[in-house]
Amino acid sequence: MSEPGRCESSEDGAVAFVDQRLGASPLLRKAMRYVFPDHWSFLLGEIALYSFIVLIATGIYLALFFDPSTSETIYRGAFAPLVGQSVSHAFASTVSISYDVPAGLLIRQTHHWAALVFVAAIVIHLMRIFFTGAFRKPRDVNWMVGLTLLITAILEGFAGYSLPDDLLSGMGLAIGYGVALSIPIVGGNIGFLIWGGQFPGAASFESRLYIVHVLLLPAVLASLIGLHLAIIMRQKHSQFRGPGRREDNVVGTPLWPGYALRSGGLLCAVGGVLFLLGGLVQINPVWQYGPYETWLGTNGAQPDWYIGWLIGALRLMPALEVHPLGYTLLPNPFFGGIMFPGIVFSVLYSWPWVERVITRDRVRHDLLDRPRDKPWRTALGAAFFSWVAMIFVAGSADRILVSVGIPYTSQVAFFRGAAFVVPVIVFGATFHVCRRLVSAELHPLRGRTGDRIVRRTEDGGFAELDAAPAAAAGED
Amino acid sequence: MRRRIWTCVRLSAAILLGSLALSAIASGDRTPTAGSQTPAGGAPSKPQSTPPPASPPSAAQIGRGLFVEDCSFCHGFTATGIPGRGPSLVGVGAQASDFYLSTGRMPLPDPRAYPERTKPSFTRPQINALNAYVASLGAGPPIPSIAASSGSLSDGERAFALDCAGCHQIVGRGGIVTGSVAPSLQEATATEIAEAVRTGPYLMPRFSTAELSDATLRSVARYILYTRHPDDRGGWSLGHIGPIPEGMVAWLFGLASLVIFARVIGERTR
Amino acid sequence: MTRLLERLLLAMLRLLRRRRRAESPPPDPTYGSEPTQSTEQAAGAGRSTESDPRAELGVVAALLGTGVLGLGFIGIYALDAADTQLLGATGGLALLSLAIGLILAGASVFPQETAVEPRPRLSEGREPLEREVAGIAGSAADGVSRRRLLLGAAGIAGAGLGGAALVPLDSLGPNVGETMDTTPWRRGTVLVDDAARPLSASAVVEGSFVTAFPQGADKRQLGSSIVVVRVDPTTLALPAARAGWAPEGILAYSKICTHAGCAVALYRAPLDEQTSISPALVCPCHYSTFDVRRAAAVEFGPAGRPLPQLPLAIRSDGVLVAAGGFSGPIGPSWWSVRREGPTRPA
Repeated sequence: MSEPGRCESSEDGAVAFVDQRLGASPLLRKAMRYVFPDHWSFLLGEIALYSFIVLIATGIYLALFFDPSTSETIYRGAFAPLVGQSVSHAFASTVSISYDVPAGLLIRQTHHWAALVFVAAIVIHLMRIFFTGAFRKPRDVNWMVGLTLLITAILEGFAGYSLPDDLLSGMGLAIGYGVALSIPIVGGNIGFLIWGGQFPGAASFESRLYIVHVLLLPAVLASLIGLHLAIIMRQKHSQFRGPGRREDNVVGTPLWPGYALRSGGLLCAVGGVLFLLGGLVQINPVWQYGPYETWLGTNGAQPDWYIGWLIGALRLMPALEVHPLGYTLLPNPFFGGIMFPGIVFSVLYSWPWVERVITRDRVRHDLLDRPRDKPWRTALGAAFFSWVAMIFVAGSADRILVSVGIPYTSQVAFFRGAAFVVPVIVFGATFHVCRRLVSAELHPLRGRTGDRIVRRTEDGGFAELDAAPAAAAGED
Repeated sequence: MRRRIWTCVRLSAAILLGSLALSAIASGDRTPTAGSQTPAGGAPSKPQSTPPPASPPSAAQIGRGLFVEDCSFCHGFTATGIPGRGPSLVGVGAQASDFYLSTGRMPLPDPRAYPERTKPSFTRPQINALNAYVASLGAGPPIPSIAASSGSLSDGERAFALDCAGCHQIVGRGGIVTGSVAPSLQEATATEIAEAVRTGPYLMPRFSTAELSDATLRSVARYILYTRHPDDRGGWSLGHIGPIPEGMVAWLFGLASLVIFARVIGERTR
Repeated sequence: MTRLLERLLLAMLRLLRRRRRAESPPPDPTYGSEPTQSTEQAAGAGRSTESDPRAELGVVAALLGTGVLGLGFIGIYALDAADTQLLGATGGLALLSLAIGLILAGASVFPQETAVEPRPRLSEGREPLEREVAGIAGSAADGVSRRRLLLGAAGIAGAGLGGAALVPLDSLGPNVGETMDTTPWRRGTVLVDDAARPLSASAVVEGSFVTAFPQGADKRQLGSSIVVVRVDPTTLALPAARAGWAPEGILAYSKICTHAGCAVALYRAPLDEQTSISPALVCPCHYSTFDVRRAAAVEFGPAGRPLPQLPLAIRSDGVLVAAGGFSGPIGPSWWSVRREGPTRPA
């Protein structure tokens, strides 16, 4: 390690080289001393970021081999059940990536796993932000950037799932087209604009989808991620309460070297886990699904998990259509495919403002809440997410529940009820638990565990003496 | 559940007694017509024409005994069916009876129960005898003989995707029909596949030779047998049921392991 | 019960917790002030530079492992590039080994440091500056006499240019009304099967399920594929206007679900209806269930309309032909899907 006084080290030379050309030293100093608060939950967003990096790297490789064309070809590859069948070039090239391109299947599967983990990491990151109150001013803007990122990521994932032109992607696109048509009044026009006519049918659609998947949406994602990070850098990280941690400072590990090593380790871990999954666990075996045709369908067709909540909503919705004067104002897929996600995202987008109005709290917050300290928010959030989760489960539990003998029709009835009952129960339970956790802390001497020695601090709080066993009511 | 079993036991005991008495009467006026029975084509047994009274009973006669014992409660003593319990078996042929019996789907504990694949209740000779009996009821299709290995995998995949995947799922893992389920095809033999396609058991549609030729049927059977071990070059197949287990792995292995990782590195250690 | 739940929750929180922290003193609301000595002390700021020699060896081992596994990846690629499992295992483990090395280095080799950084001011105490900026922004209009006129003109410019920029988007798709109602089916169109052979009525047995197409037309069009089933004619319950649409009990419906456009690929054909369930077409996507005998009325599931029916006739040679267009528009519902009358031939 370079010690003060030792000159002409390699670091000196490198820094001098850069500084003499770019004058970057002040910037570098600031960046290397940037402080990251120490808490594991701050790394959830980084998992998403690093999954995105894996997606870009593997996606570029795949783009070199994929042929986005619906023109027909006769499959003559190594997979016997398809030999001689008429398939699209898009499908044939996807099978060829899986069979003929060296390491092609590894990259394809890693890409798909990375997409699933990417959206999952965004969702769990979003929940962390919500339950700790990190969306409050000044981070309300970044909260909205993050939500837009989530929507874009879901659309990008759906576009990728749809590209190989296999049976599942075709069925998914058919549903997507049906949902687009269901938009009141202009749905037909919107569907025709996106799909270039009826789906299936328009030959231009595949290449259009390809550009959307490899250029348009990745560019939007990359720009939004850049904006997301730039805003964080400007505002600096929020932090949990703790000794010496105040609204006006950030306590934690500087970027260099401590945090860079940790974060680099996380990048490698994300890549490692995704490549292990890509190599060892099969995902989306398009050769087994076969090509899509309008008149084909398979039982148990499912979307990737991040679309599952919409499938659940489409399935639970009763056969209701609103058609005044012979015009279909609200076709059925509108409710599950447009209205439901519309409500979910409207609630999420507006929540910082709603909470500000309810609590009349308009000041800047840089210290985070522990979920239990805001029982109303925590309970409402838990109820909200459990509502979405129930509908999500309704879209995928059918197979499992039928195999244990519960008929599908009863399941639909059950989940229709559960979607309303479960959030209420979750709300009550969460609220109660938050209250109990807080009250257990406020009266440490009367705690159930006993044997604890506490000291009153100058500012009126309680601090536990070191000798006490670590059996207190938990803290974050 | 236990109650239902006891009901069944008592019912079958009553039927057994009743049918013994009845069969004694019935055998008397049945014997002369035995000669006019159509031979059970394809059934392994060889029905004799006009058996002498002293000779051992024909397969169809043994089958009839078994039938009266175990099947007649729903299908009737003359196998002409009982409305609300079981359909007539006249003319269905050995094809249908062999399918239902050798996959253990019959006899059913309750006429309205879903006929699920189980261990057959009868031994192979008993099934053959029952097949012979059902075949003797009227002209019906024999047990098809099928050489699945001569089919084309590719034709089979195509026909399966068109006619079968909607219920049985594209790699034969079964699925849901409103009001019931479509079974997984992983245990089906080529003969059972052919029997089911031509018979249309329970809620399954049936496919005539004009619609689905014998050659295509061989291909379909070959494809279904192939789906027991499809090419899983991607690794662990997760049961071949697609995105649901994939999503579970993404969350419960992929994301969970990374969160644990984050938990380990999240804070300063010294 | 509540106790048990609480215990579980506490245990979970404890697992997620690493260090106990006391409540912080009430925060000082001034942003951007330099951290004072006392906050630094309270925060445990400091640097620890002692490196654990064993950890250094561990890092070396991890890095070596990465190198070896990376070489293994290259070797496997060279020998058998198709072995996805070995490639994934070596590649993934190489990265994980590197991850472990980096984390071990961060935790036990390189200096660990806790620093306190002031948080930047955003707007705190800057109200005069904000007013000044607003003043500068507003000063652009100083001395301008026709503000409204100028603004209006700018608005017209924006609308014109914005509209002009959006109009090319219309080239992306055809007009919706023209193609939605047209299908390849017309009076006399011959039904053919998947292999383009004309479908005769005798091939459609009771309980069977045939996918058919219009002869000579593009199979892939949304309006092409139909399902043909046969039921006992005495059980038919079609509306009076559709008398004669189902000769011998043979029915044809569009195969495209009216809910979200999947292929209606399931036919529930009971062998013995009395002990099971009535015949119905089912869509495997969201399980919309259509009663074939009652003109595909929705029996269960989210579909809002019945499947459009295609009237059939049997030609003198026994081949099935269409006796007209569909009873209504095919595919998922949209704004004017409930238009009266049959579909038009393309």
